[in-house]
Amino acid sequence: MVDRLITYDPAVYEAIGRKTWRKRLATISLKMPSIAVLFVWSVIPLLMTLWFSFQRYNLMDPGRKGFDGLGNYRYLLSDPSLILSIWNTVLLVGAVLAITIGLGTLLAVLFDQEFFGRGIARVLALAPFFVMPTVNALVWKNMMMHPDNGFIAFLMRGIGLRPIDWFAVAPLASIVIIVSWQWLPFALLTLLTAIQSLDSERKEAARMDGAGSIAMFFHIIWPHLRQAVAAVTMIETIFFLGIFAEIYVTTSGGPGFASTNLSFLIYRYALLEYDVGAASAGGVVAIVLANVLALFLIRSFARNLDA
Amino acid sequence: MRIGVHRRYSGLMIRFLPFRSLLYILLAVVEMRGQTTLTIATVNNGDMIVMQKLSKEFQRENADIKLEWVVLEEKILRERTTTDAATHGAQFDVVTIGPLEAPIWGQRGWLTPLNDKLSAGYDLGDLLKPIRDGASYGGKLYALPFYAESSLTYYRKDLFQKAGLTMPAKPTYDDIARFAKALNDPAKGLYGICLRGKPGWGENMAYISTISNTFGGRWFDQNWTPQLDSPEWHVAVSFYVNLLQKYGPPGVSSNGFNESLTLFENGRCGMWIDATVAAGTLYDARQSKVAGTVGFAPAPIAVTPHGAQWLWFWALAVPSSSKNPAAALKFIEWATSKDYIRLVAQTNGWAAVPPGTRESTYREPEYLASAPFAQLTYSSIMAADPLHPTAKPVPYTGIQCIVIPAFPTIGDQVGQLIAAALVGNISVDRALKDAQAATQRVQRRSGFTN
Repeated sequence: MVDRLITYDPAVYEAIGRKTWRKRLATISLKMPSIAVLFVWSVIPLLMTLWFSFQRYNLMDPGRKGFDGLGNYRYLLSDPSLILSIWNTVLLVGAVLAITIGLGTLLAVLFDQEFFGRGIARVLALAPFFVMPTVNALVWKNMMMHPDNGFIAFLMRGIGLRPIDWFAVAPLASIVIIVSWQWLPFALLTLLTAIQSLDSERKEAARMDGAGSIAMFFHIIWPHLRQAVAAVTMIETIFFLGIFAEIYVTTSGGPGFASTNLSFLIYRYALLEYDVGAASAGGVVAIVLANVLALFLIRSFARNLDA
Repeated sequence: MRIGVHRRYSGLMIRFLPFRSLLYILLAVVEMRGQTTLTIATVNNGDMIVMQKLSKEFQRENADIKLEWVVLEEKILRERTTTDAATHGAQFDVVTIGPLEAPIWGQRGWLTPLNDKLSAGYDLGDLLKPIRDGASYGGKLYALPFYAESSLTYYRKDLFQKAGLTMPAKPTYDDIARFAKALNDPAKGLYGICLRGKPGWGENMAYISTISNTFGGRWFDQNWTPQLDSPEWHVAVSFYVNLLQKYGPPGVSSNGFNESLTLFENGRCGMWIDATVAAGTLYDARQSKVAGTVGFAPAPIAVTPHGAQWLWFWALAVPSSSKNPAAALKFIEWATSKDYIRLVAQTNGWAAVPPGTRESTYREPEYLASAPFAQLTYSSIMAADPLHPTAKPVPYTGIQCIVIPAFPTIGDQVGQLIAAALVGNISVDRALKDAQAATQRVQRRSGFTN
């Protein structure tokens, strides 16, 4: 056995190859249903979106239906709020990623230490992730950031400052805060698990070599965390591209279009203007944007994930 | 008949007893379908919740009709009912719609015309004329009004007295600005005036349309050219922005009807110009801290009385795709009848009856006695003329919600831009120029330019 595997024998490999091919043929009928479901699940909606994006179709105006060429795309690209909404989408994803991963790493290092009440502190730190996005947004809107009866306004009045009208003055920043609060626990949890998987002997060896806590972080912990950070970035990006509930509940994309992101823009087309054609064209733009970002992410993180 | 069929297969049936019982269950289900089920889509407003509770009475009289309720927030309701009506989805047998949908959907053939289908006792002539006009298209009535509202000026009598002010019988916007300045006292958490600032065609634009109208503005001229960058709009919107920036509550750009109502009933506003339906709540001591001190005046006027107060209603209609139009008609007749109004009066008191739909309501001495705002509500609704909403001629109907399919699109975008001007992100000038451009863009898209 051992000899045969060591000495290269083409016949053996060929046999294995033939066998797997035959096996594949035999099992393909078993796989077909799931392939078909996947197809129905993902490809057909995509094709329908593409088809609708070339149609003139407004629900309120059933008389003017039909092929419209690039009309929907022209309408969409001439929308002054499109560029702004793409920029807002990127800004939103970037800012929340930076905050959750930055703070998440710090908190993970902190929660890795022994201290009194660590168990309770961990549970409390994880709690925001279990709050539903709409509830989260409502709580922040009415109880925290409200300029008249919110908690932040109360604190600011307490030290003699004029309360800020958050959603009017800094709408996008407010949404970044709300989403970050929700997603910080996710980053924290993932990174904490990663830190805990770090071999304590390695840390000890580094310490014996004279590494201080800062050197320890940058030379031992951070390289070890890179993989987890890559995973968190990927997963969070997927979710943040589609942020909707927080915007819907708090700012409705305003004031003006200051907090309209791509998914809110599509919602506006589809369900406020009933313009199926333009909404589909917006959907296609969103798919392109998501794929560009995904490509960029996978390129830059693939090494880390393989390692 | 059915027994005969069974007998032929009885041998089989005995051998497959479990199947037989299953068959009986199926038959029972088929039997139950003799009962009609109505799916009713409505708004989660107080008056509709009362209707849902009182519908037990309807079911007692009509045991063969089962009611299923879909009660939603206004915006979501509109999304659901519009997509359903447009795609003939037949999800609903009764829909709750407003003055924008009734004529447009009627014209599209999405609703059942009602004129000749109503029973003799319904008394169509009893409906208030502006409301009946608003629910009709081409002389045909498409929806039965459930409640209707106009807009009023609410003010605090105690604060006015303390400041030595008197609210005139017909206030002007100059008066309002003067009063707001005198009453404003943010250090004590009291703001001169509360108004709608939350963007949306049914939120801030409802109010802003009326203020533009009374300053002499209009949405479109006779050639369908938008008039948003006209001097009238400029003056009106500058006035509105100025007033709220100086004497309005903080965070006003996210205040809609409900937020303003909460502020006023907690004694935080000196004045408030908004819907007449708020009067019932403000006057109710169980809900409002200012019940004893709230005063009412007509909506203010600037240059012209045309379109200074709005007109809105919620009405019940039967989509043409409904599978049970007869039962649905029976229900909407019941819910908008004189008897229903009397039923609400018996159970919840006269002040709680759905206002603004029937002349007979305003002839009830008990109603007039228990609701001091009733007379003013009535005269405001009757003075609102959706057929001639502005001083200058216009090609459209509707005061604050102009009856064209693209209005929600236009109204939402203009509303967003004015909200941006309100918080000071852009100038009023910029906002109105952009609003003009956005409106023209939507016009080109939906093809209603001349």
